[in-house]
Amino acid sequence: MWRCRRGGGCPQGRHCRVCMTNCPTLIVMVGLPARGKTYISKKLTRYLNWIGVPTKEFNVGQYRRDLVKKYKSFEFFLPDNEEGLKIRKRCALAALNDVRQYLSEENGHVAVFDATNTTRERRETIYKFGEENGYKTFFVESVCVDPEVIAANIVQVKLGSPDYVDCSNDEATEDFMKRIECYKNSYETLDETLDKDLSYIKIMDVGRSYLVNRVMDHIQSRIVYYLMNIHVTPRSIYLCRHGESELNLKGRIGGDPGLSVRGKEFAKSLAQFINEQNIKDLKVWTSQMKRTIQTAEALGVPYEQWKVLNEIDAGVCEEMTYEEIQENYPLEFALRDQDKYRYRYPKGESYEDLVQRLEPVIMELERQENVLVICHQAVMRCLLAYFLDKPAEQLPYLKCPLHTVLKLTPVAYGCKVESIFLNVEAVNTHRDKPENVGVDRSREEALRTVPNHL
Amino acid sequence: MKPSHKNNQSLLEQDITNLSSLGFLGLYHGFQATDAAVEKQTCCRITLPRKRRAYQGTPPADQVLLCMTNCPTLIVMVGLPARGKTYISKKLTRYLNWIGVPTKEFNVGQYRRDLVKKYKSFEFFLPDNEEGLKIRKRCALAALNDVRQYLSEENGHVAVFDATNTTRERRETIYKFGEENGYKTFFVESVCVDPEVIAANIVQVKLGSPDYVDCSNDEATEDFMKRIECYKNSYETLDETLDKDLSYIKIMDVGRSYLVNRVMDHIQSRIVYYLMNIHVTPRSIYLCRHGESELNLKGRIGGDPGLSVRGKEFAKSLAQFINEQNIKDLKVWTSQMKRTIQTAEALGVPYEQWKVLNEIDAGVCEEMTYEEIQENYPLEFALRDQDKYRYRYPKGESYEDLVQRLEPVIMELERQENVLVICHQAVMRCLLAYFLDKPAEQLPYLKCPLHTVLKLTPVAYGCKVESIFLNVEAVNTHRDKPENVDISRPPEDALVTVPAHQ
Repeated sequence: MWRCRRGGGCPQGRHCRVCMTNCPTLIVMVGLPARGKTYISKKLTRYLNWIGVPTKEFNVGQYRRDLVKKYKSFEFFLPDNEEGLKIRKRCALAALNDVRQYLSEENGHVAVFDATNTTRERRETIYKFGEENGYKTFFVESVCVDPEVIAANIVQVKLGSPDYVDCSNDEATEDFMKRIECYKNSYETLDETLDKDLSYIKIMDVGRSYLVNRVMDHIQSRIVYYLMNIHVTPRSIYLCRHGESELNLKGRIGGDPGLSVRGKEFAKSLAQFINEQNIKDLKVWTSQMKRTIQTAEALGVPYEQWKVLNEIDAGVCEEMTYEEIQENYPLEFALRDQDKYRYRYPKGESYEDLVQRLEPVIMELERQENVLVICHQAVMRCLLAYFLDKPAEQLPYLKCPLHTVLKLTPVAYGCKVESIFLNVEAVNTHRDKPENVGVDRSREEALRTVPNHL
Repeated sequence: MKPSHKNNQSLLEQDITNLSSLGFLGLYHGFQATDAAVEKQTCCRITLPRKRRAYQGTPPADQVLLCMTNCPTLIVMVGLPARGKTYISKKLTRYLNWIGVPTKEFNVGQYRRDLVKKYKSFEFFLPDNEEGLKIRKRCALAALNDVRQYLSEENGHVAVFDATNTTRERRETIYKFGEENGYKTFFVESVCVDPEVIAANIVQVKLGSPDYVDCSNDEATEDFMKRIECYKNSYETLDETLDKDLSYIKIMDVGRSYLVNRVMDHIQSRIVYYLMNIHVTPRSIYLCRHGESELNLKGRIGGDPGLSVRGKEFAKSLAQFINEQNIKDLKVWTSQMKRTIQTAEALGVPYEQWKVLNEIDAGVCEEMTYEEIQENYPLEFALRDQDKYRYRYPKGESYEDLVQRLEPVIMELERQENVLVICHQAVMRCLLAYFLDKPAEQLPYLKCPLHTVLKLTPVAYGCKVESIFLNVEAVNTHRDKPENVDISRPPEDALVTVPAHQ
């Protein structure tokens, strides 16, 4: 989003990346077990943090596991188990307390309260809590009756849960199904009439349809848009950089060069790799710079060019070597090392800017299925950070070497990564953060981590 | 820059090397090798930048985002009269065209007015009026025929079929029509029971309708209410169960809630997002440029200069103007360039800085005068005059790029109420073109003079514009399209429309 720098400082002293209102937002998940609440919580949290909205999820089940060391059986969840009810209420309150600390004291912007919250009474308690603290509450309910989907969820994320570490898969599944039953009788789904004054989205059958009520502000609108674009169809995302370029060889950054000899070889290897993978309906995306286009050309399939996938604009430093940057802009060079994520090249961009312009790519990647994105080092770092949930400090130092394809496959609550080097040598373009980032550092200290080049 | 040839480069590589040095032509890489690849796929996903536009005619700004399949989309409005169908149709059409998706709306009521010259009374719409039913069916079919022509022959991508379509039977007919022609059908239903909203709609758009040109307001309202009644008995709203296999959005109570079912592709997802962000609360949008800058005075484009003396005066006048307007909860937005920020500072109220509101990047021509551009880049200068909307400065941007990066601003403007946007000439042209539905050819020549505030107020199906000059003189920065746009033109012809400067 846009950077909010209010004249005179933000009223609540927040340096808010996404300037909505001063109100923190409390997202409340709703739904029976195995309906994807935690999946949605984690994904949404990851997305919001990536676009710069400080977000944290609070999983009440985790609080319960911390309190009740050993899970015995579904009987803990029986509606008449007084002991169980007391403990569960304690956990919910402990989680809400941490929510309050995060939103009101630690400058969090969004908290995701991940629990079943299946009764109207429980939701009212939470809503009141939100009101008392000045939070806007937004409910996200997942409703699903398809037994296949539920069974798949159980296999994906429940069998491996700490609760079932000592059980066989069959025992675990049986117990979990009974656990779901414990909630069913008292389940009060969000109702169009009874809950007409609440803000919520009801997701039905993993996204077949949605009911959206009273979206109050921008962040809720973005959350709704995001939730309506994600899916759970199995697929893989392939990320790689263009083949080695002529400027890569010379240690120069940016520009719009063509591929080197080895770069062209890589393009051919990439074509072969893609063929061997036999990927169903693969979409191929490139930037609008020569080196990615040339790489895609070798694949012999249609591809789409995205301007927003262009490499970070290094402004006045375009086409320089690091040595030249140190020579001509030693101060800038040091400032960049001090805060590589936020640092903006004069007349250029920052990683932070990159993330903003890449957001439509992420949204479209969520909509799509199998995609190969041929892009650039800084761009790839941003995309990778989104999928692997890497924070801003680490993002600009993620390793994205040339001639290496990263295959990302969503699994459980995260992403499996396979790194495939396509066996065509290339220069290293990764410059680690040097030890000395002071503006008065020596030339050698500044250039110590510069990789070799011609 | 003279292109160079290397004998040992392939023809393909030579083309790339040569063309990339020519900004505009650089868009047209001669990828001969890909023609075969393109022919292989029926799917319109293209490699050649020229053909990479999925849509002929006005290429879309974010064409790559929307380059999905060859399937045109048929949007079908559903709802009783006075539920905002035409309002939504027109607004959606305007938005889609602005982001570069060729869209056209087909209002069946208009077909009826063309056929039945004089509207008599609501009795035309009675469910047992056989003559009326025949005519109305004819109109619907005529409109569908034009839809087919637009989507299948004229390279339109989206058609909005604006009629009540209140029965399941009628919707099935249209859906089959879509299927037969290979269109994806998406229904947009507006459901509203609030009598105040309906009454307000009638006042806004029905009383002034050609149907009621000879009636008093009371007569018109009475007749229109009876017209609505004619539809009510046979109205079958989109049903969660019966219509579960259709793709649709049901908008309830002017956006209080939405039911969205089976969104099939990217364009439907964008349409849903847009529809969920628009509202009808009365408000005004104020657009203006920064105060006159030091570079403006010198006739130089771009850069990041500060305000001139007169520019600072304008900022003060703007503050006074805003105060006098007494606008409720006004939000103020600027770009991240000095001149807009300095202008906003004078207002003494909080403001938000948007990087995407920055002026168009003129690349290698940044901070040049037009005379210098003519001197150094005469070819580029001519190419720009030939197609100012699509032309991209070398290492810079085009208006088309601008529209793409401004889309989030438009979306947020739709969500907001009273907003003042302090921006730049090219940026303001893009925003204005959205609100006033100006096509791509006109957009780069819209007049957005310095020190002038445009107050836009949505009314009926469009936007009222008030232009307020704040009485502080400034240079003119508007360069009209010259008569001679040929690349071989003499400098005088190129510079004849350059406004005066120091």
